[in-house]
Amino acid sequence: MSVTSVVKDFDRLTLTLVADFDAPIARVWRLWADPRQLERWWGPPSHPATVEEHDLTPGGGVTYFMTGPAGEKSRGWWRVTSVNPPTSLEFTDGFADRDGIPVADMPTTMVQVQLTEHDGGTRMVVRAVFESREQMEELVRMGATDVFVQTVGQMDALLAGDANSAP
Amino acid sequence: MVVGKLVAGKVVPEGTDRAVDHLFHALADATRRDILRRSVRGELSVSRLAEAYPMSFAAVQKHVAVLERAGLVTKERRGREQLVRTDPDAVGRARQALDQLETTWRGRVDRMSGLLARDPDPGEGDPTRGRAR
Repeated sequence: MSVTSVVKDFDRLTLTLVADFDAPIARVWRLWADPRQLERWWGPPSHPATVEEHDLTPGGGVTYFMTGPAGEKSRGWWRVTSVNPPTSLEFTDGFADRDGIPVADMPTTMVQVQLTEHDGGTRMVVRAVFESREQMEELVRMGATDVFVQTVGQMDALLAGDANSAP
Repeated sequence: MVVGKLVAGKVVPEGTDRAVDHLFHALADATRRDILRRSVRGELSVSRLAEAYPMSFAAVQKHVAVLERAGLVTKERRGREQLVRTDPDAVGRARQALDQLETTWRGRVDRMSGLLARDPDPGEGDPTRGRAR
């Protein structure tokens, strides 16, 4: 298991996740810095991401879309606020409409990534903060489609592992 | 009970097996999952929903009833119509949002791990990668 700890601060709307990888910092950095690598992990298997623009410089950004099972596309963007290869990256992640224009009333999250050497591998700390409580509540109300999709995958796993237990 | 929190941050109280059964049953059908996705904004009536599926109004109404029993949607009467809304319950919206975010990031970290394991040393590839193209 790569995830070492998860801390949620409900007052500050912040998720802090620590993960340890058995790989050098430069390799882990490439997961972020190489768009072909990024698109292999950003979206869930049911909604793979395709990265279009990818410019990890301050003021630069990333544009991407995720393609769902029926071919539907949902677009997103990053705006890079700080970058220090290969150890740190900070960006805002948000939703875009079909033309790639950021959607104003959808939630944005500010994401900070820190990579440090740890036990011969790499420790990654991801801190994600909802930038507005109102937008966050909108997200909850929407029920976040991808969560449903992921949940169904989790259900499959649960059912497979728990098929014979009594209800 | 492993199912402490399950759907869209929707918390199923531990040990309430019947609620979990309802939830699994409700989500085990592709039409019902689609109804959930369409109803997130709470703007569609049962009859509008029914137009989207090759089945009778009564059949769609039955699907909505199953979702309602599982606590996944609420119905709200407006005029002559009943609007269906996907309804994460009020456990605390911040909690739900952060649970969702946690699920998303755990999935991402798992995929990152998988990539690192399968592909420990990818070539440098196209040197223009990493920039706008």
